Parts: sequence; structure tokens; C-alpha cells
Amino acid sequence: MTGKDRILARIRRAVTPPGGQAGTGTGADVPRDYLRVHGARTPDERVDLLAANLAEYRARVHRTDGDGLRDLLGRLLADAATVQLPPALGHRLPSEPSLTFVPDRAAQTPRELDRVDAVVTGCALAIAETGTIVLDGGPDQGRRRITLVPDHHICLVRVPDQVVDSVPEALPLLDPRRPLTWISGPSATSDIELERVEGVHGPRRLDVVLVGASDRGRRPGARER
Amino acid sequence: MTGFRGATGAPGTTGTPGTTGTHLGMPAFPEAAREAVRDGVLRANLRHATHTIRDKRARAVAELADWDRLRAAGKAVKDHTLRHLDRYLLQLEAAVTAAGGTVHWAVDADEANRIVTELVRATGEREVVKVKSMATQEIGLNEALEAAGITAYETDLAELIVQLGHDRPSHILVPAIHRNRSEIRDLFRAEMGRWGRPAPDPLGDDPRELAEAARLHLREKFLRAKVAVSGANFMVAETGTIVVLESEGNGRMCLTLPETLISVVGIEKVVPTFRDLEIFLQTLPRSSTAERMNPYTTMWTGTTDGDGPSAFHLVLLDNGRTDTLADETGRQALRCIRCSACLNVCPVYERAGGHAYGSVYPGPIGAVLSPQLRGTASEIDASLPYASTLCGACYDVCPVAIDIPDILVHLRERVAQGGPATRDGIRVRIRPARRHTAERAAVRASRLLLDRPGALRAGERLLARARRLAPRRLPGPGRAWTDTRELPLLPAESFRDWWTRERGTSQ
Repeated sequence: MTGKDRILARIRRAVTPPGGQAGTGTGADVPRDYLRVHGARTPDERVDLLAANLAEYRARVHRTDGDGLRDLLGRLLADAATVQLPPALGHRLPSEPSLTFVPDRAAQTPRELDRVDAVVTGCALAIAETGTIVLDGGPDQGRRRITLVPDHHICLVRVPDQVVDSVPEALPLLDPRRPLTWISGPSATSDIELERVEGVHGPRRLDVVLVGASDRGRRPGARER
Repeated sequence: MTGFRGATGAPGTTGTPGTTGTHLGMPAFPEAAREAVRDGVLRANLRHATHTIRDKRARAVAELADWDRLRAAGKAVKDHTLRHLDRYLLQLEAAVTAAGGTVHWAVDADEANRIVTELVRATGEREVVKVKSMATQEIGLNEALEAAGITAYETDLAELIVQLGHDRPSHILVPAIHRNRSEIRDLFRAEMGRWGRPAPDPLGDDPRELAEAARLHLREKFLRAKVAVSGANFMVAETGTIVVLESEGNGRMCLTLPETLISVVGIEKVVPTFRDLEIFLQTLPRSSTAERMNPYTTMWTGTTDGDGPSAFHLVLLDNGRTDTLADETGRQALRCIRCSACLNVCPVYERAGGHAYGSVYPGPIGAVLSPQLRGTASEIDASLPYASTLCGACYDVCPVAIDIPDILVHLRERVAQGGPATRDGIRVRIRPARRHTAERAAVRASRLLLDRPGALRAGERLLARARRLAPRRLPGPGRAWTDTRELPLLPAESFRDWWTRERGTSQ
């Protein structure tokens, strides 16, 4: 008898009432009368809440439109020499001659990635109520590791169309077959006397750029709101 | 640290490779707690920590108007899953396999340790990086790997502190909650060099400086690691998705940089659908760290070409869970999502600390989970159901509404009177614990007396007259009881005699 057979047999004995049959429930016995959204918001209010919650968790929040993006990125990357870049973001970046752009390649070793100063990515969506950005490895986001190893992550969020209110609104828009990374503020620990310290292993700096109306480029899969 | 199954495999420790997850030689809770409450520094550290988290948690929960409904839904999802656990585990296995992962089933700690050891050996590696995981502590994986010549590095900051200190975790969420900053600084200075990159010199005791030392020390290990071991917070049957919530990024490092990822997960961690996560991703962070959302959550389904590990192994762990499932009152403990909110509100935990529980799972949830996973045969496990005042605060804060006081009373009954239970899949009858024999004899004697009012009255008068001779401490088996309690003074007159004197009638 394999471990699997033994475990399954034990479960069946455990849940079957004496002399009875185990039920065939479908999940309909779960009450789902909790709220989908906590409060009614206009699209602008939703973006404002996202910005406030991100800032409370010590992400730095910036707002611009498609025209101002290059200048803003230039400023945010002022002290960086090398910038990691997913394939679909090249056209958005500043043309500073001092910056070296490193493409996201499978062959790149973790040690090579460790020498990169900053990374710029898009996101799949952002959740206002929790101050969370979600990455799903799309062409404008790249592999999971590029937003982890470099010390500075700049994430672009198209507003208001990539912003949802809540966790229950976010999940149906995400594809569980893709690797998903949910980020709420920069890396942090409270393990020493519960005093919060940012940047333990993940990026110490998280800049979230809310890119507004003049930017019309939309990634397939992002929901219109 | 001999024989403690939750101990980490620091060099120099002599952990015995895992068998059943018992704690041989651990003192029972009352003895361990008596030591702990004398430690003023420990009590101060704990009091500060638990009060801080509990107040923050209350504020985070108050933000959600539908908290009670989320709690009811979370309870219902878990109960439903447990009733159909066989079906959901098979569905999970199929989904993980279809996505490129491999699923293993482990009946007990030994089998799980053997599977993981063989998987690591097959890679040819001699070291692994680890994400903080209760399940691997429960089975003593680090010691088992050490015995096989494989070094396991804990990468969570608190777990690193525990590992460097040859210590044991004392809290589910904040394992080093019992250590203050200067203790940690001394530990880093003394021990880091033996494990890899030494601590910077000089090193102060500011948490910022200490976290930076840990970052430098661990980054070397992350960048070269080929194999990682983790647990998981949730597994989704429908999609095969595994979910890990964390704060520091050490989890992401382990889950994405190495070539091989091995996740050891208790079978009760499965939920039916991806949608079900909408409940727990709202209740877990708020209950646990009192945040709206923890800084990082990683979800992966099998393997993804060119992104993350190229090999993924999921080890499904029973180790007493199916025995717990067989107990209709006790099985609700399997709803636990390891948030640790119950620890932070417990008056007993706050004073005794996590080590006193002699179990990987401390606090109120440990007092009900450990004696069920391990059985009540040992002294420590038989004492755990009594490590509570039954005040009910743990039930009030539990995000999946586990009625911990109810299970405690149920387990006390089992310890004191014996009764039916399931061990290793077999239904057995537990005998009363030995030290309860005297108590049972006393109860039988008092029943004899209470059934005979004349004898009782005569006895009361005799006692009242002899009250000056009454000892302040009980002899024999009662001694332990009076070690920590004042024996009440006998009154000069019994209530019945007083009533007769005042009212002039014996009725």
C-alpha cells in the first residue's frame, strides 16, 4: 500500500459517519454574503485610495501622463547606472546616455542580476483597498526574479484602467497558470522587537508610477472599467 | 536541545532524525511555564510584542465591515474541504502534475524526511535554502537533512536568529519574539562567521543595522542555492496553484532563484477553488501581521518555462492530520491558517512564552493541535489541554472561528477519563492518564459521602473542630496542586450548622 493509498483510506474512514456515506457536497454550503467591495468609489477615488495605501506602506507614489513619463523616469533613475528591462517596455524609457539597459534574458545568472541597480516594469493590475500591485510575468513585467534581486523597483500602473477596488475584484482577472507576485510596499521585516525595517531581501525602494490619461497603450487582458 | 523536533539544524546541535514528532524529555507545561514566568526579561519582551500586535490587529480588522461574514465563509470553506479532503487532494495532485510538478504523499514525519532527503540527494547538492515553514519544523526536517550530510539554511530573519542561537522558535509568526536587540546583536557577532559571511564589524544593536547584516549574510546563499525547501499557506485544488505569503522577500528568493523547489505542505492546507483565496487573502494578513496585505505573496502553478525553478516537488504531509480529522470535535483545529492571532491575546502565552508548550505550535492553537497530531501519551502532550484559562479570547480573534476552548475541554476529558481516539489511522481506546487516578479515586470517595447526608454532616463537624491541625499543603498526590495554590482555611462552622443556628431549621 502506498503512502497515498493509506492517507486516502484514513481520510475516508475519518469523514464517514459510522455506517453512513460521506456526503457529496459541492461547495454550495459556503456562505458568500461578504462584500465584494468595501465602499463605493469613482475611478478617481479608487486611484487616490491606491496611492494613499501604497504610501502608507512606504512605497513612493508618483503621478504623470504618457508625455511626462520619460522625464519622471529619468529623475527616478538618476543614481542608477544599469537598468533591467522587460522586452515590452523599451519605448517608454529615457534616452540618458549614462544609463545601460539590460534586457531580461533566461540565461542571466542571479549574480549578474545582483549587479543591476534598478528595474522598471509594468503590472497586471493594482488593488486599491490593500495598496497592492500584482505582476503576472507578462511581456511588460518579465521574470519574477528581476523585481526581486535589484535594490530599486519602479512599477508603472495605468490609471484608472488597471486599478480595481478589492481582492475579490482582482482574482477573476488573474490567470492562476501564470506565476503571480503580489507586492504591497517594499520588502520589510518586523522580526526584531517588532520594529519595522524596510529592505531585508527584496528591493529597498519601491516607486509606483501612476500613469494617467494621455497614455493609450493597453495590454491585452487588462480589463476596461 | 536534544530530541526537540522543532529545533533547527545548526552546526553543533544534536537533533535526532525525525520519527514521530514527539518531544522526548520535554518537561510538562506547568514545569516549563514555572521557569518561564520567573524570567523577567522574557516576560517584558513578550508583553511588549503581544500587546503591540493585538492592538494593531484590532484596528486592521475594524476596517472591514464584513469581518464576521468573511470569518463565517472561511470556516465554511475549510469545513467543506475537510469533509471531502480525499477528493480535493486528488484534484490537486492532478492539477499540479498537469502543470509540470510532481506530487509525493507522506504518511508521517519519517516518510516525509526520507522523500525530501532523496530529492535533495538526486540533485547532487549538499545545501538547501529554506523558507520559514511550520510543517518542516514539525517533522524535524533540518535534523534529518543534517544526518544525511545536507545543511539547511533558514532564511527568514527570525528563523535565522533562532538557528544561529541553537534555539527553538517561540511564536508562529515571530519565532524570535523572545529575543531583544542586544541579544540578537551578540548572536550575530558570535555565530554568523561559522555559517558564512561574518557580521560587519563593528555591529550595533539597531534593528536596521541587524537586518542589513542578515541581508548581506543571506544574499550569498540565495545567489548560489540550487535547491530550496518551503511550506505553503494554501494549495488550490482546482488549479494546482501553491500560495506563500511573506514580508521580507526571502520567500521569493527561495521560490524563484533555485533550480529545484520542494514544498512540504500539510494536507489540510488545500482549498477547493482559486476564488476561495479572496476570503483568506483578506483575513490572514489582518489577523497575522495586522496589515491590509503582507508585502509579498507568491503564487505558482507547477513550473513555468524560463521563469523560476525547472523542477517542482510537492510533498503532501499527513503526520497525524487524518487522526485529527477522525475526531469530530477536534477536527476543527485543522481549519487553522497559522495566523497566530490566538497567541497574541492569550493571557497564558503572554506570561509563559512559546517554549513552555514544548511544541512547534505554541499558544492556544498549539494546546489543541499538538496533542491531536502527536496523541496524549507523553507528559507534555497530556498537560497541554490544561495550559489555558478557558477565557475564550482565542476563539473571538480566530479568523476561521476555531472554538479552541471547546476542544480544550474535550481533550481534558480524554486525558482525565480516556475514551475513543484514532492513532495512526486505527481507532483505539485511550486509558486515563496515570496522574489522574488519584483524582478519580477522590471523586468516587466524595460521591460516596455526598450520597450519605448524615455521614457528611458528621465529617464537616469533625473537620471544623480539627481546623487548627489542617496542613497548609496537601500531602501525597495533592502536593502538586498546592505547590502553586493557597489551600483555603477551613471555616469554624459548616454552612449547614450556620443555617440551622440562624434559621432554626435544618431544611
